Amino acid sequence: MTTQKRIWIVRDYLRCSGCRKCEIACSLFHENKIWPEASRIRVFMLVPGAEVPHLCTQCEDYPCVESCPVEAMSVSTDTGAVLVDKEKCTGCSLCINACPGRIPHIHPTEKYAVICDLCGGKPKCVKVCQKGKWDALRTILKADEQWAGHDRAYELYALTPEEITRDLVINLYGEAGEELI
Amino acid sequence: MQGYTGKFLEVDLSTENTKNVTFDESVLRKYIGGRGLATKILWDRLGHQWETVDPLGPENILLVLTGPLTGFFPGGRICVSGKSPQSNGVIGSTVAGEFPIELKCAGYDGLIITGKAAKPSYLFIMDAQTEIRDASHVWGKNGKQTLKMLTEEGRESLQKRFPNYGEWKEPSILYIGPAGENKVRMAAVMAKWTHAAGYGGYGAVMGSKNLKALVVKGTGPLPEVEDIEQVKTLIDKVSEECYGADAFRRWGTSAAGYEVGAKDSSEPVRNWQEEWHNQQSFGVNRFEQRVWIKRHWGDFGCPITCMKIAMPKVGPFKGAIGDNPDYELQAYLGPNLGVFTPEESVYLSSLIDDLGLCGIQGGNVLGLAGELYQRGILTKEDLDGIELEWGNTEAFAALAEKIAVREGIGDILAEGSYRAALKIEEMKGKNVVQYAVQEKGVALGAHGIRSGKDYTTDISYACSVQAGDHTSVAYMPIDHGDSELAVILHDSGVYCWFTTFALEEAEWDFLKAVTGWKIEPEEWYKTTALRILQLQRALLLLGGPDLKWNPRVHDDNPPRFYEPLPSGPYAGKKVDRAKFEESKKEYYEAAGWDENGIPKSEVLERLELEDVDRALKEKVR
Repeated sequence: MTTQKRIWIVRDYLRCSGCRKCEIACSLFHENKIWPEASRIRVFMLVPGAEVPHLCTQCEDYPCVESCPVEAMSVSTDTGAVLVDKEKCTGCSLCINACPGRIPHIHPTEKYAVICDLCGGKPKCVKVCQKGKWDALRTILKADEQWAGHDRAYELYALTPEEITRDLVINLYGEAGEELI
Repeated sequence: MQGYTGKFLEVDLSTENTKNVTFDESVLRKYIGGRGLATKILWDRLGHQWETVDPLGPENILLVLTGPLTGFFPGGRICVSGKSPQSNGVIGSTVAGEFPIELKCAGYDGLIITGKAAKPSYLFIMDAQTEIRDASHVWGKNGKQTLKMLTEEGRESLQKRFPNYGEWKEPSILYIGPAGENKVRMAAVMAKWTHAAGYGGYGAVMGSKNLKALVVKGTGPLPEVEDIEQVKTLIDKVSEECYGADAFRRWGTSAAGYEVGAKDSSEPVRNWQEEWHNQQSFGVNRFEQRVWIKRHWGDFGCPITCMKIAMPKVGPFKGAIGDNPDYELQAYLGPNLGVFTPEESVYLSSLIDDLGLCGIQGGNVLGLAGELYQRGILTKEDLDGIELEWGNTEAFAALAEKIAVREGIGDILAEGSYRAALKIEEMKGKNVVQYAVQEKGVALGAHGIRSGKDYTTDISYACSVQAGDHTSVAYMPIDHGDSELAVILHDSGVYCWFTTFALEEAEWDFLKAVTGWKIEPEEWYKTTALRILQLQRALLLLGGPDLKWNPRVHDDNPPRFYEPLPSGPYAGKKVDRAKFEESKKEYYEAAGWDENGIPKSEVLERLELEDVDRALKEKVR
């Protein structure tokens, strides 16, 4: 596996404007339609201002892949992204339960799980976020990181939207935030 | 039909019946959606008895409509409409957020809501399933509480219905605060915490129907379009232009709180007694440095994200969360009340949002009360002990709370500046209406016309079919991108005004790429938009039941604008009545109205509005 090439999408929640252009770009690329519920990156807004772009973190041990009973999931040797075989996947949702962040979801009209595939290495969500100068999403090459090899911190970002929101709300609103959750 | 789902959901709250409604393509091509289609629906269903329809009665129809470009044109919005309890006409009041996207993804272009629920209720829509649910537990709750409770409930329902789907994103919600529940004529239809369809008073219409909220989740895609590749190109093109608008992205409209006063002299200061101030404490830099906690905040597809989230971190207003606020609320809940600090202005706007009041209408009536107190017309006793001195933030806050629940003097002020002024005039036997800075029951946007330096002019409000609405001003030449006819396009489209600035031709290109209709500006200005304008004008003039407008009297500016500006670089400037009459005459001519401001028979005939002509002949001319 060429770990050298592995990218990661940095998610800087506090910079997220909630414009959801990432959802638009993602669904246009994968579905050729604007389709927020089919987007592989989904922006949760459980509390206004605390927008959470929620997407796969590519855990080192890939619990989702491990959990799949029909071997519909694999890891891309190029990018490290989780790939879902649409033909094999039954939409059983075991991978969702296996994911510490409950990040995958079932396609709204088809019977398979949708997970960020990093668009083959050039994620559209990052492109549009960068173009718009929000910088909430950016791509890094894991191997170039100063902490290369210390991969465990990345998967800590695999948290549920509720967990992330709770933290962000306190960060943004302090004591006032406690009533909002 | 491309760009549309093709279906509208009609809900009768009295009988709890729901049905799908469709419109012929010919109707949609003429009226598009949003404001245009709302006007058409209201005319068809209520036009024959308009003057007897109580905007706050069960007979009124609440319309919540998207347009074909919603979700495609960057910066989606939804249009809320019905018979307005402010103007007694039709106002297309738009608000941003994901609600229109969820609604279209659920398979509906809009909601048509009739009747009145027997008890506090809310609508829960998930794709083709609609439930009218009990809202007793959220009735009386403020904005933040309401949104929190309904978000939680909505997600729980979705999770229960489809446990294997994964995590459900929250449904999108439009709701009212206490002001709407109490049928305060200035009540807004709210989204998120700070977004409001403010003009029109449709929060009160929702309240009159016992309708606390609309909650929607749609799982489908946006509808098919004529040319998806072209739509993608256009989204990028418009977005690129907007990314370049750095000042707008950086400051939103909040630089105006200082500039419109200091530079243009067109900001309401102490109920428009002045329009100039030079208070640098109110500069955008102070807001940025002291209270902004999120610098770029926006809604679905927005390339600008002009909103800011603000929260004072220390002092008596610590923890009040609001938007920057945007210029309108910044001005009306700032200098208009003699308030010149970011903390106080953010606190007041946070409170107004929580109460579900329109910041413009609410700030305007608070200003009116402030001036009446200053002049000794309203006393401390009248105000239940409130000492309403300019700049007394706590006092204005206390009065706003009274208005939202119609307590004491709040019950009168809840009627909005004009109606309240009429009542106080009667109560006190003193001239009060002259201090109400409003147009046909609608408080003006925070853009004065006396200095001549703002984008507004002497006919802006006086001749607008949406009266005081600063986003829909009358403008000459009428076939121009700044005129009310152009506004009708994005209010019917339905998308944000701000994202249209950069690339004017994009709207026509978008319309073609999404719907396949080739509508040229020529056709729009001479026929399509003009038809919608006549319908809105006719319904405004039919008016009633409590107030009816006579254009010879009421197509006029507030008396205050004929007083000279007392201070600033444009001191002495005022509206010249003779010049105004001249501009009005020109506008009437351009709009196809006779010398009394009534749409002409031959114009209505050309626009195939013979029934409107008959109604005007019978009831107005």
